[in-house]
Parts: sequence; structure tokens; C-alpha cells
Amino acid sequence: MTIELIAGAIKAILMILAGLSLSLFLLYFERKGSALIQDRIGSNRATITGLGKRMGMPNLGIINTSIADPIKMFTKEDFIPAGADKFLHTLAPFLSLFPVMITFVVIPFGDTISIAGHHIGLEAANLNSGALYLLATIGLGVYGTALAGWSSNNRWALLGGIRATAQMISYELAMGLAIVSVIMTFGTLNLQEIVRGQGGVWFGFLPRWAIFTQPLAFLLLLVAGAAESKRIPFDLPESESELIQGYFIEYSGGKQAVFMLTDFAEQALVAMLLTTFFLGGWQIPWLMRDGFHLPGGAFLALPALAISLMGVVAFLVKVVLLCMFLGMVRWTLPRFRYDQLMRLGWKGLVPLGLFNVLVTAFVVVATGRVQ
Amino acid sequence: MPPFFFIFLGALAIVSALGVIVQRNPIHSLLALIATLMTVAILFIGEDAVVVGFLQIIVYAGAIMVLFLFVIWLLNLQVETGPTGHLALKFFGSLAAALLATELFFILAPPHLRVKFTHEPAGYGSLASLAGKLFTDYLVAFEVTSVLLLAAVVGSVALARRLPGTDDPRAARKAAS
Amino acid sequence: MIPLTYMMSLSAIIFAIGVAGVIIRRNILVMFMSIELMLNAVNLAFIAIGSRLGSMDGQVIVFFVMTVAAAEAAVGLGIIISIFRNRETVHADDLTLMRW
Repeated sequence: MTIELIAGAIKAILMILAGLSLSLFLLYFERKGSALIQDRIGSNRATITGLGKRMGMPNLGIINTSIADPIKMFTKEDFIPAGADKFLHTLAPFLSLFPVMITFVVIPFGDTISIAGHHIGLEAANLNSGALYLLATIGLGVYGTALAGWSSNNRWALLGGIRATAQMISYELAMGLAIVSVIMTFGTLNLQEIVRGQGGVWFGFLPRWAIFTQPLAFLLLLVAGAAESKRIPFDLPESESELIQGYFIEYSGGKQAVFMLTDFAEQALVAMLLTTFFLGGWQIPWLMRDGFHLPGGAFLALPALAISLMGVVAFLVKVVLLCMFLGMVRWTLPRFRYDQLMRLGWKGLVPLGLFNVLVTAFVVVATGRVQ
Repeated sequence: MPPFFFIFLGALAIVSALGVIVQRNPIHSLLALIATLMTVAILFIGEDAVVVGFLQIIVYAGAIMVLFLFVIWLLNLQVETGPTGHLALKFFGSLAAALLATELFFILAPPHLRVKFTHEPAGYGSLASLAGKLFTDYLVAFEVTSVLLLAAVVGSVALARRLPGTDDPRAARKAAS
Repeated sequence: MIPLTYMMSLSAIIFAIGVAGVIIRRNILVMFMSIELMLNAVNLAFIAIGSRLGSMDGQVIVFFVMTVAAAEAAVGLGIIISIFRNRETVHADDLTLMRW
């Protein structure tokens, strides 16, 4: 009992640290990746006592984005604008960060490993209603942005806050419908079981990932997830050319850092959700519990611990690739207008989601998956 | 659920409920209500009603309270300043509420409440058993609820929309010019 | 299991706080929030007794109460917005048009 408690605590801390380091990586990718896409160099000036330059290495800007920028943000003056609601203004960034951080703990990042006779499932909290927990915490993410916009005593922040709230609650519905389709396909709310159900192959070579049975739901979750995390093309709440910073105009220093952290962490969370539900989570194609069963008939035996660790690495690779994809979309597409955004959410995605749920229900009953 | 956990959650629920009715700023009242809803949802989960607990967070704390927030914004409700008066009302109101609580406690406490305790069946509180009950014993109520929700949507849109040309200042100016 | 007395007394206290809110506060929105408090107290009582009886009926009733509360919140807030548009106030003491 205590072993499980300690293991659970360690896994939870690991997952939150993973979320934070993914956010740091995404910050770097925002700077350097966007620079590459936009045919410029990006930041490459900060060094630690000129060490790299003396050794002849090119400056990749890692120190700039990962060390100098956070230090700068946390040491700036932290002020609250006059007339603002002090309590809400201080509460809002952390209210925004909290639901994102606690969602990381239910995402499975590996299969069960056994260390010294104890079987430890590689997810911090094996909830039997993991998918419901996901929907609940995603729904709570609205309050941070809403209260940030309201409590700043600034009309541009209020506009950004209202737009953000309306956008988030509209696209939450589409996300829920996409997740419900996957739940119906696998017949369980437990995220680890959904990932386990994506093992195995069809026709001898196609891995049983849900993206092949639910392509429409994958697209829905991709679009709705991008809208939930307020990424371009859905970044109207923080449209940099219109509202300067949108709902977090009046935030500086550490609180702005927390908001940006929430932004990147939510992007990482959406990537993790897509991976878990559609891309097989920690499953590597053709890798079963005892080794590789390649389509040609070859078999490669591997120890169980190596298989589990390869699963963890596969999960990370998938998440990073999806994050990079979301980042590339950000630097390519222009922003939606507000009415286009609302129309897409309510008149486009929700009917598609309902249609998807209907078709999935028919297929599930017809193939006899239901008792 | 260990007793100390329940006492902590119960105290939190009572304090946030008091916060709802005491606060002068409507948004602070709303936040206190959200805290109460989350605490009650955790109590639901502790009583093995897992799906209903999560539904409480998704529906109540995640959607209905956002609706309240939007209305507070729309009406631009400010902090209520100034002396509020009605001291006699407040005193007798609190007294009546306290009397109600005592009366409820005496009616609903187990010596009076004839509840025969049995065990919980397997799969209690899971989505499968909830859906099983909903679609067999309570099917009519389920279907009627869907009609009720449709009526609520149509009704709220009809109530809250602006009739063209009546009280929208911009529309009035456009009609005048 | 937590003794039923504790759960029911918590439910009774929250219900009474909701009643006090409706009586004491004169802001219509806060009165509405107190009504939601009362609904939640009743939900808690249903779940507590349901889980001790081992019956899923309590949870189904809570499901329906939640749905009806959502519908009622939408329509009630629509009414409040209409009142605000016509009377420019949400203070219950100012709505005295139909008084004797």
C-alpha cells in the first residue's frame, strides 16, 4: 500500500516535470522553429561567459530561450493595475495553470513494469473513469482566462477574456464528442485500457491505432484541442496584432510567465491526448509483450524492461512530433475571425461530432461489441 | 473515505457556502459557489458515485457557473457598497435558517430515518450501471428531459435576445439616421 | 463508510445556508446562487442514502436534478437579463411595480 502511494507520488511528480520540460522545449521551438520557418535566425546572442563561441560552436539560442528568458520574466516587477480586483488578479494565473497540471497525471506513458517484484503501472493515477476526469479538468480551464480578463480593469483584457471564454466552452463540446467516439470504440473509460486496446495488428501489418478506425474523431480532436489551447489559428483571445496580449495584458513578471507556461503546457496536453486516444499512446507498432513480431514473419525477442522503456520513449517521441506539428501550424495559418470561429465550432464541429458518434454507435452494436 | 478527510471537506463546503451568501462582490460569491460545488463533487466520488461526481464538475462547475459568470459580466454588476440595512430581516432570516437546519437534523438523522443498510453491488456507481438504470427504468424521464432541455434552450434565447429596434442604443441611432 | 448522520447533517446545513441566502440577500443573482446551493444539498442527501441502500436510483435522480438545474439556470438567467434590460436593476427591493 505504501509502495503504491510512494510510486504514485513519484510518477505524478515525474509527469508534472515532464509537462514543464515539454513546455520549455516548446518555448525553444517557438523561437528557433518559427525563425527557421520565417527565414530568419532567431535569438542567438546569449552565452555563458562566451564559452561556446571560444570553442567554435554555433550559438543555437538554447541559453537565450531556456535560461535567460525565464530569469528575465521572473525577476521583472510584479504590479497590479489600479482599480483591479487584487485577489482575482493574483488568483487567475494559478487558477489557469492548476487544471492543466493535474490533467497530466492520468495520462499513461508506459506499460506495467515490474521492479523488484512490484508491478507498477506507468501512469500516476489509474482511474477507472480517466476520460471523465479529463473532460472535467479541461472544463475547469475556462476560469483562469475568464477571471484574468475581468479582473484587469482594462477593456482590451475584458474583450480578450470574453472571447476566450466563449471559444473555450464552444470547443469543449467538440472535444467531448471526439473523446466519446473513442470511448465507444474501446468500451472503457480507463485510459490505460484504451492504450492497451490499440496494440496488435490488423491484416498482419497495420497497427490497431484508433486513428485508422476514427479518422474524423482525430481531426475533430486536433481542431478542437488547438482551439481549446488558444493556438493560432484560434488565438483570437490573445491576438497579438489586435489586442496586444489579450486577456493577460495587465500581467507582468512571474504571473505572465505562469500564463505562458499554461499556454505551452496546454499545447503539450493536447498532444498527449491525441497520442493516447488516437496514436496508440506508448504502443510501438509490431512490438508485443515479448518482442518484435515484424510483418514479414521475423521475431525479435527483447527483455520486458527494455520493452517498457521503449514504450515510454515512443510516447515522448509521438508527443514531441505532435507538438512540433501544432507549432508549425501556428506559424503558417492566419487567424480566424470571431464569427468564423463560432460558426466552425457550433455549426461545423458539433454536427460532425454527433454524426461520428451516431455512426460509431451503429458500428459498435452491429459488430456485436455490446452485450 | 477516512473521517478526517470528510471533516475537512465538510468544513470547506460549509465555509464556502457561507462565503456565497456573505460576500459583497458577486464574482467572489460565484467563486465560493464553485468551491462548494467542487467539494460536493469530491464527496460524491467518496460515496462511490464516481460518474455523477465527475458529471457534477463537468456540468455544474464547468458549464452552469460559466453561464452565471457571463451574465454577471453582461450586467456589469459591481461590488455592493454602502450600508445594506434590513437588519431585522437578516437577524430573523438567519434565525429561521438555523431553526430549519435543526429541524432537518432531527427529521433526517438515522434514529428517525428508517434506512435499511445493505451492501453495494459490484459496479456500483460505474457508467454501465448508471446507463443501465437510465435506459430501462427511467427511460420516459430521460426522453422528457431531452424535450425539457430543448424548451430551455428555445426559452432562454427568446428571453434574452434583443428585439430589433427596441432597446439597443446603436440600433436606435441607426434607425434614427 | 461515513456514518449517515454526518452526511445528512452536512446536507441539512448547506440547505439551511441556501435558504438563509435567499431570505437575506437582495441581489437577484446571489439569490439564484443560493437556490443552486439548496439543489446541491439535496443531491448530496440523495447520493448518501442511495449508496447506503446499494441502489442506483439515488444517482439517477441526481442526474435528473442536475439536468433540470441546468435548464432552470439558463431560463432563470434569461429572465434576469430581461429584468435588467427593462428596469436597469438587479436589486430585489427596486422591483416593486406590482406592489399594493
